[in-house]
Amino acid sequence: MSVSTTPSSEPQAEIKPRRRLRLERVQEQPRWLRWLAPLILVIVALLVGAGLLSVIGANPWVVYRRMAELAYGSAFGWSDTTIKATPLILAALGVSIAFRMRLWNIGAEGQLYLGAFMATGVALHVLPADSPTWLMLTGMALAGFLGGAIWGIIPGILKAKLNVNEIITTLMLNYVAILWNNFFIYGPWSERGFGLTPQFPRTAWFPRFTDYADTFPIFRGITAHLGIFVAILLAIVLWVVWQRTRWGFEVTVVGDNPRAARYAGINLTRNIILVMALSGGLAGLAGMSEVAGVVHRLQERFSPGYGFTAIIVAWLAKLNPLGIILVSYLFAGLLVGADAIQPAGIAQLLQGVILFVVVGGEMMLHYRLRFVRG
Amino acid sequence: MQSQPTSVPAEKTAEVDEPTPALEMRHITKRFPGVLANNDVSFSTRRGEVHALLGENGAGKSTLMNILTGLYHPDSGSILVNGKPVAFHSPRDAIKAGVGMVHQHFMLVSSQTVAENVILGLQNVNFVLDTSQIEAEVEHIGAQFGLPVDPRAKIWQLSVGEQQRVEIIKLLYRGAQILILDEPTAVLTPQEIEAFFVTLREMTAAGKTIILISHKLDEVIAIADRITILRNGEHVATVDNQGLTKAQLASLMVGREVLFRIEKQPAQLGEVRLAVDNVSALNDKGIPALRGLSLRLRSGEIVGVAGVAGNGQRELAEVICGLRPTETGSVHISSQSVTNAPPIVMIEAGIAYVPEDRSATGSAPNLSVAQNLALKNYRKLGSGGRFFLSRRAMREQAINLIQKFNIATPSPETAARLLSGGNLQKVILARELAQRPLVTVAAYPTRGLDVGATENVRRILIDERNQGAAILLISEDLDEIFAIADRIAVIFEGKIVGEMTSEEATLDQIGLMMAGVQP
Repeated sequence: MSVSTTPSSEPQAEIKPRRRLRLERVQEQPRWLRWLAPLILVIVALLVGAGLLSVIGANPWVVYRRMAELAYGSAFGWSDTTIKATPLILAALGVSIAFRMRLWNIGAEGQLYLGAFMATGVALHVLPADSPTWLMLTGMALAGFLGGAIWGIIPGILKAKLNVNEIITTLMLNYVAILWNNFFIYGPWSERGFGLTPQFPRTAWFPRFTDYADTFPIFRGITAHLGIFVAILLAIVLWVVWQRTRWGFEVTVVGDNPRAARYAGINLTRNIILVMALSGGLAGLAGMSEVAGVVHRLQERFSPGYGFTAIIVAWLAKLNPLGIILVSYLFAGLLVGADAIQPAGIAQLLQGVILFVVVGGEMMLHYRLRFVRG
Repeated sequence: MQSQPTSVPAEKTAEVDEPTPALEMRHITKRFPGVLANNDVSFSTRRGEVHALLGENGAGKSTLMNILTGLYHPDSGSILVNGKPVAFHSPRDAIKAGVGMVHQHFMLVSSQTVAENVILGLQNVNFVLDTSQIEAEVEHIGAQFGLPVDPRAKIWQLSVGEQQRVEIIKLLYRGAQILILDEPTAVLTPQEIEAFFVTLREMTAAGKTIILISHKLDEVIAIADRITILRNGEHVATVDNQGLTKAQLASLMVGREVLFRIEKQPAQLGEVRLAVDNVSALNDKGIPALRGLSLRLRSGEIVGVAGVAGNGQRELAEVICGLRPTETGSVHISSQSVTNAPPIVMIEAGIAYVPEDRSATGSAPNLSVAQNLALKNYRKLGSGGRFFLSRRAMREQAINLIQKFNIATPSPETAARLLSGGNLQKVILARELAQRPLVTVAAYPTRGLDVGATENVRRILIDERNQGAAILLISEDLDEIFAIADRIAVIFEGKIVGEMTSEEATLDQIGLMMAGVQP
């Protein structure tokens, strides 16, 4: 076939070949590439990060090895990483629900704060301090979920009824939630005017591994709390929802083509509000798990931006609930590893680079570079 | 190797007899992943001819024309304009060499005037526009080629036919010598088509070359000088249009005999399935689109709604399917009142809808064929109960329907967007008809489909009717309406302006009513 490109009868038709680079759209990527790609992209991002580290005069190899040791090198490292992965998983599951329907909920941080606020209210002011732990934690979890859900429903209703852009409303509500919390921790709920509430009663603490050290000595000093099991369980539930349920199918259809969904008899208004409620609710649960499992009180800036990192996590995991667990552990590791490194901004820098490379690389998955003649 | 009449002029001895072709595409091959879209296709046109390009969906017409206008780059082969080799990397390169295309979907800015649209994208425009001069030129081009349009009118004020003229003027203004027109008559009334053919003749008389992509064999025979037929990405034949019959062309296109008349027994009328009474509704812009429309549809009949696009057909379909609220009037399915009920109620009441827009409304492009086939009945499929979805039942249904409706797809898991137009249409028809609906609303069900697929779709609709289905066929293709409808209702400006059986109706009569002229 290639021989016939320039028929011999007209030698003048030979065009001077000029090699040029062209972007071509690829219709369908092979399955293996879709799953391997995020891994490759993370490696590329780490290489870019290494370049930046050497520019500022650090030895990237040493930095990365130290970070990996801290995060994954020991049982205590895994414990710290798990502590940070727990709220990330919950919040990322939350935003992934909205993203699946192409609703850009970037308000997980605010939803997380409001969840923490509601859980704190239950722990300190609703249930008596000597309530049984199961009742206390269930009450806090429900309240936390509800707080986040309310913070998600507000933009949800505005979107569904008035078509208000949810990106703006969810973003703005973040600030409202943080300031709302500040009002309470400096005002009515404050402990002597500092930016924190009194510590929760022990009944409002999530059980930690170390609490069982008497029975299982191996757990001594492992401060990770059992919230991780809740997070993993919810990830599995969500996976089943997407794969096996009618409602999961409806959300997928709406996300792919809202017009087709309406045509198929799917109620868009109800589903938008429901999805935003669940999305916010899970982020609220992340806030509850953080105050009940780690800080044991509500205080200023208790979240180092989990709600924002969750967006990156959900995206990198391609909204796959099980993928979110893995990616959360990666990002939690970055946070833990960064604790011991100066300057402290390295972790955020690497997160930024990873997101950048992933979003850019995502495009490369849909296109390919080719040399063409002409 | 098949014979290639088009390559004859390239031989030096032949140049004495034949003038240099206006355009030549030699041995074009273009491969997409998994598809050989063009396989060694050669194609040439003479100056001043109307050259029709015929072929089924997926025959490679669009790919070939996209290569010609610089949207795609061929894997191999060459393009010559007036005997000189050229390489186009964008439509802009192509128009510089005098090759331009009017796409099926117009690319006009609706809030701007005709003149502004004409100069849009030009590079040598002064910073301060000399509007009156451009308007004069647009008017001049319009007068020269019989393309009357007010250069000061805004695009949204124009009819579809007028917008098409603007697209053609855009190309002529840029000095196009070779104009590629993709399905240009699909949006025109029979009378407009006649005027359009006169315009084509005026353009060819002025030395322009027209490449006409069309599915309508009657029109191709009426207007083309030569016809090139593609099938499965390969060049089948280039023939002079002398004494050709539709049947000959169709069998070249499809590769087998095609029946144009579908056997149809007389309608066995049953009870009234759909009653639309005095319905008014607004279009997306908030302007009244339906103005007191009434319509009856009985079991066992196909009623064809004929009309020029934009006279309320889409709104009518959407009102019946619960996708658009009514202002006044009522809708009944069998005897159940469903006025302004949500889509889910309509679906459960037994309405099936084959929407006008296959990809924007009728399917979820990234979901699989199986999922698309289950879009209407996933609630009832399998034994999942209220919460769960039976993926096995979904898959079984898909395998079933793919076989029954002869859908060409690599697998039930293939994403819907990867199917050809005809196959996607079959997916939608299969899904809608599998519900055993009381009433089927089919909007432009064969638009953009090739003869083979069209025949298939029409046969499916008639089979359904024979089994007692009530079908409302919305179409602007009068051949189609005459071929399969039992009754014809003409819609004009949101009202049914006339109704008659297809036996007593004539093409002229319907055409005039479509244009708003009362008989």
